[in-house]
Amino acid sequence: MIELKGVAKSFGQTQVLQPTSLVLEPGKTTVLIGPSGCGKSTILRLMIGLIQPDQGDVLVGGELLTADNVIEVRRKMGYVIQDGGLFPHLSAGDNVGLMAKYLGWEKRRIVDRVRELAELTRLPAGALDRFPTQLSGGQRQRLGIIRALMLDPAVILLDEPMGALDPLVRFDLQEDLRNIFQSLKKTVVLVTHDMGEAGFFGDHVVLLGGGRIVQQGKLDDLIQSPADPFVVKFISAQRLPTANGAAVE
Amino acid sequence: MYRLLFLFVFCLRNLRMTFRWALTAALWPVVFGPALCLAQSPAAKETKAPVIRVGSKAFTESVILGEMLMQLAAHAGAKAGHEAELGGTQIAFAALTKGDIDAYCEYTGTLSLEVLEASHPRTSADLEAVLAKQGLKITRSLGFNNAYAIGMRRDLAEKLNLKSISDITRRQHEPEIARLKFGFSDEFMNRGDGWPGLAARYRLNFQPAGLDHNLAYRGIRAGTVQVTDVYTTDAEVAAYDLTTLEDDRGYFPPYECVILYRADLETRAPQVLAEWKRLEGAIDDKTMLELNSQARLDRVLEGRVSAGFLNKKLGIDIPVADDLRFKRMLVQLGINTRQHLLLVLVSLSAAVVIALPLGVIAYRRPRAGQPILGAVGILQTLPSMAVLMFLIPLLGLGVWPTVTALFLYSLLPIVRNTYAGLQQIPESLRESATVLGLTPRARLWLVELPMASRSILAGIKTAAVINVGTATIGGLIGAGGYGQPIITGTRLNDLSIILQGAIPAAVMALAVQGLFELAERFVVPKGLRLASAR
Repeated sequence: MIELKGVAKSFGQTQVLQPTSLVLEPGKTTVLIGPSGCGKSTILRLMIGLIQPDQGDVLVGGELLTADNVIEVRRKMGYVIQDGGLFPHLSAGDNVGLMAKYLGWEKRRIVDRVRELAELTRLPAGALDRFPTQLSGGQRQRLGIIRALMLDPAVILLDEPMGALDPLVRFDLQEDLRNIFQSLKKTVVLVTHDMGEAGFFGDHVVLLGGGRIVQQGKLDDLIQSPADPFVVKFISAQRLPTANGAAVE
Repeated sequence: MYRLLFLFVFCLRNLRMTFRWALTAALWPVVFGPALCLAQSPAAKETKAPVIRVGSKAFTESVILGEMLMQLAAHAGAKAGHEAELGGTQIAFAALTKGDIDAYCEYTGTLSLEVLEASHPRTSADLEAVLAKQGLKITRSLGFNNAYAIGMRRDLAEKLNLKSISDITRRQHEPEIARLKFGFSDEFMNRGDGWPGLAARYRLNFQPAGLDHNLAYRGIRAGTVQVTDVYTTDAEVAAYDLTTLEDDRGYFPPYECVILYRADLETRAPQVLAEWKRLEGAIDDKTMLELNSQARLDRVLEGRVSAGFLNKKLGIDIPVADDLRFKRMLVQLGINTRQHLLLVLVSLSAAVVIALPLGVIAYRRPRAGQPILGAVGILQTLPSMAVLMFLIPLLGLGVWPTVTALFLYSLLPIVRNTYAGLQQIPESLRESATVLGLTPRARLWLVELPMASRSILAGIKTAAVINVGTATIGGLIGAGGYGQPIITGTRLNDLSIILQGAIPAAVMALAVQGLFELAERFVVPKGLRLASAR
């Protein structure tokens, strides 16, 4: 479905991504995880065409992603960022319906679709009529997800979607999101630096470090047979919620 | 072409948003343009009466003579108008050669030594030849000589025992003489037949200040300047008890007053010309001084002064409207307001239509952006008088050069604020719009411009308020508006008349400000207003 073939990217003098190849399995959730600056967000942005690779190819649906087809491709993808990325000048409802309206959907169809998605994401009633600044972080994030799902894309990309939320909200939202992904059978790429989240979502976990893929596979595989000391180090850098906050084994 | 069609359909679908922008920008020229054209042209009906426009410079004597020319032209059956108080010799002459006015009263000395200086006309035959080449002619002298002279208060001159300009030359090293402050009118300071030549001929080592001619007299009275240039028939000479120092080295040439007119009047309106020629030799020095005093000191309306003279000297009965001063003031206020509003609105709408896209271009293409911002910034620094002088040969007098100048000054605030408003959109939101799959144009209309609308509106508001004040320069070139009473009041040394322009201008500026604050409620999306309220 989406494939990176030998893709590399530098910003100025720094090489953020070394030549990397990655294939995303359709219908499954792939988690990109790693320390800051490891290139995980870069990969996401390459997939949606926000940046162009210095070398290598990005293929979507078997076709090369170019300036000519990028807009079309984007309409078949959903992209969710932290805090939802909603436009302050539109109400929540207008925000999520923006693309649908632009593409000429009938009002009835837009309303139905939004209602359906609001139920799916368990968005509180009345939130759609308010403006983003009047809503809580959790509500904005749900709206971001609704917006991404609006046109029923096959692929959803999420860039640390729950980074700005408190633990309670995050816990609930993780639950809801996994249900959505599984029931809708979307191809999902989720970027996070939380191991717990990676394990919770990831059918397939890709651990990045220093601009390259260090190891990928099921989380159990990474834990049981780490390919590199870095893998061990990253996985064990988690504190358990006990009295002295001991690290994970 | 396909894109335009798409944009049109897009606008139809997003009527509310489109309506907002159309209301604020594009409709104004459509509404006010025709009104402007109507305001500009005198309602000349389909009659055989020739249209005559006379001019005058911004001092009382010139205005009185201008009124005389206008009244005589009307008496001869023409449709006559008077472009009064033009801001200087150069403006008047430029207007005449362009054909915006048909005649005005000028002085031979000014013509030989200043206006036509490059041609060095030595005799009157020379002068007439040079003028003929530009399609202009002069009448014989009207009978008086309004020469430049150097003047000071009589009591001071007697105290210092100064009788001629050479006296100053001889004694300029003396402390009392060296301390004398010279304040000359701006025209005198820079004219070929003015200060530079005088200082050379008399070897004077003084650093005079340049002031408005009418204000220099106030300075003499207040004692802040002691020596100034006077016109020998100025009413102030008598009123302030001034004396003139003898020009013993014969520097100042004669300034016989003549009517300077376009040669085509001889064929177009010979009857008007015939009436005007009746003034040749009809006004002597004493009479002109008397007429000036009536207008300046007795505060008689110039039109009434000239009508009185024409009646007494030529036996012509000129009807002069006899309404109450207060009613006249109100009527004039209404006219000025309409004219001023027109100047501001037309220039502002044109600026919005041009500057908004320029701001968007500067934002979209950073390489073009810097030169665009730089260019409109430079426009802002150009002095308004210079801009007007540059535009008159191209656009004539009156409304159009004023609107153009105001348009140029309005560009910077709008371009800058549009650019800044768009720049300030957080990168993450810009990306959010992109990843949705919006085309760059759709992104601009649906996301970026609405988010920048507050800044854009603030820029237009700034330009509007500045315009209301700057539009007073229109008074210098016959564009009407609140500048007219300001110029007239300065000329007549009458603060109350100045206020008739200054106060309404300030009120209009405040009203414009208030109107924009109201407009914000309609143009700026509710979500944005809420966002900043938190």
